[in-house]
Amino acid sequence: MNNNDLDHLLVESSPHIKDEDSVKKIMWTVNLALVPAVVFAIFHFGFRTIGIVSVSILGAVLTEYIFLYFREQENSLLDGSAVLTGLLLALTLPPGFPLWGVFLGSFVAIALGKQVFGGLGHNPFNPALVGRAFLLAAYPVLMTTWEIEGMTSATPLNLMKMEGIATDYWQLFMGNIGGSLGETSSAALLLGAAILIYKGYLNWRIPCGMIGTVLLTTAVFGSDPLFHLFSGSLILGAFFMATDMVTSPVTKKGRWIFGTGAGLIVVIIRLWGGYPEGVMYGILLMNTTVPLLDRYTRPRVLGEER
Amino acid sequence: MSSSFKQGIHPRYKEELTWQKPLQKAQIPEKVIIPLQQHIGAPCSPLVQKGDKVQKGQKIGDTEGFVSAPVHASISGQVKEIKEIRLPTGERGQAAVIESENCRAKESLEQLKIPFDPESAAPEEIRSIIREAGITGMGGAMFPTHVKLNIPENKDIEYFILNGAECEPYLTVDERVMMEWTEEIIQGMKYIMSALKVKKGIVAIEDNKQEAIKIFRDIAADEEQIEVKVFKTKYPQGGERMLIKAALDREVPEGGLPLDVGVVVNNVLTAASVCRALKEGMPLIERPVCVTGEALEEPGNYIARIGTPIKDLIEQAGGFKSKPGKVIVGGPMMGVAQPDLEAPLIKGSSGILALPRDLVEVSAPLSCIRCARCVDACPMHLMPTKLMNFVKEDMIEKAEAMKLESCIECGCCSYVCPSRIPLVHYFRLGKAELQARKRDKDE
Repeated sequence: MNNNDLDHLLVESSPHIKDEDSVKKIMWTVNLALVPAVVFAIFHFGFRTIGIVSVSILGAVLTEYIFLYFREQENSLLDGSAVLTGLLLALTLPPGFPLWGVFLGSFVAIALGKQVFGGLGHNPFNPALVGRAFLLAAYPVLMTTWEIEGMTSATPLNLMKMEGIATDYWQLFMGNIGGSLGETSSAALLLGAAILIYKGYLNWRIPCGMIGTVLLTTAVFGSDPLFHLFSGSLILGAFFMATDMVTSPVTKKGRWIFGTGAGLIVVIIRLWGGYPEGVMYGILLMNTTVPLLDRYTRPRVLGEER
Repeated sequence: MSSSFKQGIHPRYKEELTWQKPLQKAQIPEKVIIPLQQHIGAPCSPLVQKGDKVQKGQKIGDTEGFVSAPVHASISGQVKEIKEIRLPTGERGQAAVIESENCRAKESLEQLKIPFDPESAAPEEIRSIIREAGITGMGGAMFPTHVKLNIPENKDIEYFILNGAECEPYLTVDERVMMEWTEEIIQGMKYIMSALKVKKGIVAIEDNKQEAIKIFRDIAADEEQIEVKVFKTKYPQGGERMLIKAALDREVPEGGLPLDVGVVVNNVLTAASVCRALKEGMPLIERPVCVTGEALEEPGNYIARIGTPIKDLIEQAGGFKSKPGKVIVGGPMMGVAQPDLEAPLIKGSSGILALPRDLVEVSAPLSCIRCARCVDACPMHLMPTKLMNFVKEDMIEKAEAMKLESCIECGCCSYVCPSRIPLVHYFRLGKAELQARKRDKDE
């Protein structure tokens, strides 16, 4: 045995083996899980989709880079989280939204939604939804204009709310309807979500609580639960935004309450509010409750008195 | 259907490196280093001096302290010195260095004197021999066995669980011992059960050890008081609290011991040592150890003398095949990384693991992304991410209120963390800080 071989024995505290999953791997897998929805959007809305998605991602990554540069953490630029924020924001935008607005939205999402709080892991609100909330407040008309050339379609929720017209379930499920880029095809979104649940990257309790609540309460109040499930951004929001790890509870009980609360807010807004859709507010409002939920839903430690 | 506790992790087990390798005697070393403290409790005082001749099995360290266990010479030879060394646990302590004068000569064993028939001995007689033999828990914690078997009068023990749920990845000694020393283990188990006066014994085995399960089932079929229970292969299934929860659905209370719920748990090797002490008068001077890891030429299961330097055991396993990145005493989840190969094998060392450099990942921790994997993995149902923040921010009282002291340091949280935060390391620091504060308060 050569003693030089032993010069570099690493001494650190146990455990000495680690799981293969890393932040980077998780974030990029979530990005990949959204690819079916993007592909569908390209088919459905045409090539303008590519423009919106690229500008949104570019804006997010560029903004992230500026902050990371000043914080001297450039190497975490490609951890996939900024790309994910850009991608998610794009999926919440109407197909005809101007590209300068997309860029502005993704700047706000990263700057005010994430980096001002200290970057990944420190933001209380879902950054993509902060970006969307800003755009909706600043450009309410552009944000609710669904007509694009060749297609004049209001969203099913709009049709229902304003004109009382229902849309066929199959069309809703497959996404042959008007709406934001990523909210139309439930099938494409569920495919991605199934992959994430299988990989263990998605807290299934949150979407279950949220969607379950929407189904149950709409049924109780005499509305059509299936229509509410497949229309609007419920599926996108429940599976991909409410489950944002940074901004959702860490306890199992907390996740149920979080999902249920978000679902309730969605129903309140959809049935009695002024807006046709309430997923964004449902999630953002529940984001504020996360510290409290974590605190009051601490699991009983093994051996702790009941 | 195998039962289990809730949560925990499924690491890659890597037992294929050694599980089929039969136990073999390691070469008797020319020099052994016998630490005077190889147990939880009071250290021993040396009973020998520099220059003394000692015989294999001779007691060379003991103390009046109750929570303690004597130590014995593991080879015949001369005491070269008594000095402070670094133990494989990372702590420092006194140790006797014994050099063999003629290692080829046949050594004779100084046996324990057993003035009674072990089959019909009283509990205190059994305990006294276990103490004289220097037996401690051999699964890693090294708690003196005679103390564990001395049950306070206000406690009733209903079950004895023999812990054969070797859950540390890579390690296979318990599995081999269960396959090869089955009768000794069962006999030791019976001695322990009669010392405890319990009628119900459970042999707990994980379901990845099918051969051991089969052998134990065959033997236990004739034993009315012994039942073989099979558990899911999951880490840390072999943790006392997890095992008791899985086997009996009982929860050891916070800060309590298994005996608070009527249970005593011992490792399979401890039982085998108890058998050898009572039947053959053999003190604890050797133990099986799994010498394994991808950096070694011939990983295997060896029976080695206590006090054998780690480097001798590595040589025994064919030496390094590739440059080692880490050498660990114990398993990969809870073992202690060594700065060199000088430390000796002690009573609780169940494995020596050499990982090649490419399997040793060095990466700076990132921010917590609150993914809650640690919360979902913790077998004690703690909230590691929260505890970590409190310990880091020096809010130790808040960590205490969130049950920091219940942490069993199994390492599941650090294992699953995608940000590579050394969570359990923070908890060790936090627990030490809490203890220090409590001591200051008492003074």
